[in-house]
Amino acid sequence: MTTGTLRDQLNPRLSRRKSIGTIFFFVFMAAVLIGIVSLLILLGQVLLEGAPWLKPHFITNYPSRHPEQAGLLSALFGTIWVMGLVAAFTVPIGVGAAIYLEEYARKNWFSSLIEINISNLAGVPSIVYGLLGLALFVQWMAMGRTVLAGALTLTLLVLPIIILASREAIRAVPNSYRLAGYALGADQWQVVRSIVLPSALPGILTGTILALSRAIGEAAPVIAISALVYLTFIPTDPLDRFTVLPIQIFNWVSRPQDEFRGLAAAGIVVLLVILLSMNAIAVFLRNKYQQRPNE
Amino acid sequence: MVQANNNGDSTAEAMPAERGSSTASEGTGDAVLSVKNLGVWYGAFRAVRDINMQVKRNTVLALIGPSGCGKSTVLRCFNRMNDLVPSARVEGEVIYNGVNLYADSTDATEIRSRVGMVFQKPNPFPKSIFENVAFGLRVNGFKGNMQEAVERSLRQAALWEEVKDRLNASAQALSGGQQQRLCIARALAVEPDVVLMDEPCSALDPIATLAIEDLIRQLVTKYTIIIVTHNMQQAARVSSETAFFMVGEDRAGYLVEMAATDQIFTNPRHEQTEAYITGRFS
Repeated sequence: MTTGTLRDQLNPRLSRRKSIGTIFFFVFMAAVLIGIVSLLILLGQVLLEGAPWLKPHFITNYPSRHPEQAGLLSALFGTIWVMGLVAAFTVPIGVGAAIYLEEYARKNWFSSLIEINISNLAGVPSIVYGLLGLALFVQWMAMGRTVLAGALTLTLLVLPIIILASREAIRAVPNSYRLAGYALGADQWQVVRSIVLPSALPGILTGTILALSRAIGEAAPVIAISALVYLTFIPTDPLDRFTVLPIQIFNWVSRPQDEFRGLAAAGIVVLLVILLSMNAIAVFLRNKYQQRPNE
Repeated sequence: MVQANNNGDSTAEAMPAERGSSTASEGTGDAVLSVKNLGVWYGAFRAVRDINMQVKRNTVLALIGPSGCGKSTVLRCFNRMNDLVPSARVEGEVIYNGVNLYADSTDATEIRSRVGMVFQKPNPFPKSIFENVAFGLRVNGFKGNMQEAVERSLRQAALWEEVKDRLNASAQALSGGQQQRLCIARALAVEPDVVLMDEPCSALDPIATLAIEDLIRQLVTKYTIIIVTHNMQQAARVSSETAFFMVGEDRAGYLVEMAATDQIFTNPRHEQTEAYITGRFS
């Protein structure tokens, strides 16, 4: 038997292999569960603590020294104002930069240098952006501690993330589309506008929303430009003073009375609802547009 | 591979009178493209060298040869698609209707609306069937009746009957063969002079391949078609002229011979051609 000699030397140990496989299955599942369970515990505790305080007037009232009357109206509107401006600044600049880097820039040492810098900027701690915003916008440009200064500071923070996400989306557009466009007599801008951008749009939107949802939860840079104020009015133009939800929450948490901890939990619930709805929109957009080609 | 049986009687009507030496025949009046001392470099690598050939109007020219012989590179010189490869450099001349495609004054974008291209893998845009065909017209500022123009192109590509009820459906829902005919319709929409096809059937099944080959035989009455193919039966079936390329010792591709397809397949002048066609090497 020619095969017998070799097959005799095999030692399949099937049951041992199977049990090793099972062990790793449970190890990986435990890894997943650690994340999910701790998130659920966190959510549950916040909900339990905050629920008694989640009443309509919590949304419609201004902050107050009296916990029963306190609300986060000014912080909610501050957040909406800031995020609206951040979106208006970052989307054109971020997508424009991504288009330039992916479609126009020649690949040389200079473009690699820009690339490395943008990747690094995306990882810079947010407090650093806060200090930059304080020096650049609040003081040097004399904007004061305004909505505009806060929005520009957060713009600096999320711009690298949006550029990276948009570049990924643009890079994922198959080159065969571009070639087909050029072969039909389209010039570069026509190819970018009519082929590359529509195909990359779902990815760009998803990346943008996720980047904005990071900015919405940032407290450190906004504290650095000192929006930490006890505000009893809604900003009506970009040069008004403002506060945002994370700062309002921070403010409540740092008070000694127990009631304010409940308010902070309720504030966290509001912030989480906004965050999760933004992420849900991102997921929805991605699924909606990704299915179309294969329908 | 077995000897390519040239059942080329069906192509005979499109076949012009045979020329004695066609490798470098000069000054033919009916040449839509003529190539003079063409060479292409990718960086320091010379991909093809010293190509001289004439492409006659309203013929199907097949470019055949082993992998790496530069036949696709030569094809992409006819509509300046090589411009899109940053390291590519072209030397020599490609004269299209009296205009050197590589002259400084020639605009590549304009050339590409006259010399259309169909790619190896069907690559419809992720848009509707209608918008795919309309694309070339839109980018070139078409002012006429878009509906009619799209229908005409789809009819020419023998796709109209299959898609007329779902012009707004996604082009990517079509089968591979339909997608490739859509890409042909898309290329025909701007009424080019010449249609370049880079192995248009290599991603298709045999039935879809036959449909495309039928289409090519019909289109040749109106267009000049240059097709790169690895399939020698296909070259024999659809083309009236064939150019055979080889890879040299220096790894640069060159043109061995170009002649009527009948002659290449039955009585080639070069031993290499015969060896390749009979499958003795590839």
